Amino acid sequence: MERKYLLGNEAIAHACVESGVDFVSGYPGTPSSEVIDVLRTQPDRSYYLEWSVNEKVALENALAAAWCGIRALCTMKHVGLNVAADPLMTSAYTGVTGGLVIMSADDPFAHSSQNEQDTRCFAKFARVPCLDPASVQEAHDMIPSAFRLSEEFGLPVIFRPTTRICHSKGDVALGEVVPSTRKGEFHKDPRQYVVIPAHTRILHKKLNEKQPAIKKRLVELGYNQFEIRGKTAVIASGIAASYVQELLPDGVSFMKIGAYPIDEEWLGAFVNKHEKVLVIEELAPEVEEVVRQVAGCVPVFGKKNGYGSYEGELSPPAVAAILVKAGLLPANPFPSVDPVQNLPLRPPILCAGCLHRSAAYAIKKVFKDSIYPSDIGCYTLGLQMGVVDTTICMGASITVASGIAHSGDPRDILCTIGDSTFLHTGIQGLLNAVYNGANMTVVILDNRITAMTGHQPNPNTGQTACGVESPHVSLDALCRACGVHFVESVDPFDITGMMHVLEGAKKRKGVKVIIAKQMCVISARRAGVKRGRYQVDADACTGCGNCVRFGCPAIVFADEKAQINDLCSGCAVCVQICPVGAIGREGKR
Amino acid sequence: MNGSFDILMVGIGGQGTILASNILGEACLIEGRHVKGAETHGMAQRGGSVESHIRIDGLFGPLIPPGQADLMISFDLLEALRYSHYLKKEGRLVVNNHLVLPTSVYTQKLVAPTEDEIIAALKKHTLCLLDADKMASDAGSPLSQNVVMLGAASGSIPLKPESLLEAVRRLVPKKTVEINTKAFEMGREFGGICR
Repeated sequence: MERKYLLGNEAIAHACVESGVDFVSGYPGTPSSEVIDVLRTQPDRSYYLEWSVNEKVALENALAAAWCGIRALCTMKHVGLNVAADPLMTSAYTGVTGGLVIMSADDPFAHSSQNEQDTRCFAKFARVPCLDPASVQEAHDMIPSAFRLSEEFGLPVIFRPTTRICHSKGDVALGEVVPSTRKGEFHKDPRQYVVIPAHTRILHKKLNEKQPAIKKRLVELGYNQFEIRGKTAVIASGIAASYVQELLPDGVSFMKIGAYPIDEEWLGAFVNKHEKVLVIEELAPEVEEVVRQVAGCVPVFGKKNGYGSYEGELSPPAVAAILVKAGLLPANPFPSVDPVQNLPLRPPILCAGCLHRSAAYAIKKVFKDSIYPSDIGCYTLGLQMGVVDTTICMGASITVASGIAHSGDPRDILCTIGDSTFLHTGIQGLLNAVYNGANMTVVILDNRITAMTGHQPNPNTGQTACGVESPHVSLDALCRACGVHFVESVDPFDITGMMHVLEGAKKRKGVKVIIAKQMCVISARRAGVKRGRYQVDADACTGCGNCVRFGCPAIVFADEKAQINDLCSGCAVCVQICPVGAIGREGKR
Repeated sequence: MNGSFDILMVGIGGQGTILASNILGEACLIEGRHVKGAETHGMAQRGGSVESHIRIDGLFGPLIPPGQADLMISFDLLEALRYSHYLKKEGRLVVNNHLVLPTSVYTQKLVAPTEDEIIAALKKHTLCLLDADKMASDAGSPLSQNVVMLGAASGSIPLKPESLLEAVRRLVPKKTVEINTKAFEMGREFGGICR
């Protein structure tokens, strides 16, 4: 058996290939994106693969593949499952014939997310099995089981790793790659696939009838297991189980939960052999609630009575603190240490030469004192420049803008959205804003790539996930087709030009769209675009600081003068900002 | 308990911490040892502060608790100070003598400690300070800075230098094997003196 040091998502991707996956779809989202990024760059792919335009689209495609009897994987981040919730809920009724694994990666502590929702709740809501790995190795090993489980019960299976699994690494024992020999074939069966009321009522009953057998099977598979060592027990799930194993004292029983729904009878038998039970899990009290249902007179300690938090992620010291509080450890083996205080933060920032920074600069100049709904992408970092007043979920910049526009606030409204987000769920909002007569300006920040999650292509890139050329989508024509009359394309590196167009938009009524086009500076670098660097003429520089306040990491301040370092990618925006003309091309002064 | 040798590697997104952590992982595989790790991906990477945890012989979780790291390798002075509370009292610190001021210093007028102040604060640990940028350039490419850092730290890492060097050869781009081998050896030599 081969052993490799892999990122969780790489191990998951490998396990999909080992399982002979036939069909892969998804929408990028941290921490899930690398699974498809690994799968799409494999040589000799024997599976179909796509980046879909959003998670609903991805899941419906994968569901159809599974209806054709082949194995399908659909990946997304936890909030993507909200977008895909509509097909998810009913796919549990229709079921599948080929295995369908839905990977929805949770992000406790919201490292890169807008919330900390728990996918296990969604699985319970939809009544589909959910697998919750505790380590990178287990994440790998669960994938073949997930496909088999899906086929055995004819149900989609949710696979729910968290950030600390997806972006953890470990030495992983890999299995053999077995290319699939399946051929998809759709068998017509309206009673299964046409969910009219008469059919769906029966399908709902069938779904509920499957539940007891699923619970038994999950215990047999060994993902829920225990070891009795004493009169006190700790029950832990997901990555928390790994932290508990690191700390658990001798003589304390341990139960690890890695799969849902939990068999209550099996759980109850374990709990009732103990005098006290502590439940440790991240986010929602999913395990704890079931433990409390079956515990009878056995005292249960968990977040519901103050042993653990509903928010954030666990860590070895946090788990140790819970064990100490519950009297299972005499003292925390990781005494708290204070970090050095008052250091300037180093939050993520827009790259040197990023189009979003220059677009934000021009917007701020023309649309002073306006309201700026924004969206999800690198440009959310425009918060640091004061041009992000709201973000809630994908596509909600345009809808929040129209909602405010109809609410009576007299200020101008300008919203920003990236090209990938616009194609994800922005178009409907634009259509709606035009239809209902909102007064607002939409700036589409068009870098032709889904940058933040790692440069995945989208329909606006002109290339599929597998690198095949695709028909070019015209954002301009799309917006005009939605009924927008004012659609202008601008180069955000041309500050004067962009300001001029923004002024034109500001004077008009209705929905105005400005498409700010520039390549993502990272994709430009990879594509070999060279613009040449700029430098500051120290004699001409007055040290006014306008350029450093622009926030470009290539501009620093030393000895009362600005300097440009080697991060400069040649966008030349600072040349336009400098009031005394002190910045010019390198070597030309 | 874990019984692992815990290394925290910190720096700024884009400085090559991920490759360096992969090299350590590969060296563990070469020696047939278990290894666990965790790192920063996604949005947090964009020029922000990043951390990479590596637990040689780690069996369970990937995270190193604060106050428990045996070794810290930092690509930047300020980041070394920011994460220094992760080190054990007797832990060793290998730091690139280079400071990139965060843009928050300019845009929000925050005050950063000076290089001298940072170095003075770091000296409460066993400190090895090196000019990895210059050494990497001398080895043939500024991009080999991460391998210089690994070389300098290698004397404190419970892995054979041959395993680390073999891992370097396996993981760096083919064209740069020679440069990176030199970078590792230059780092290792310096690390031996600055102990």
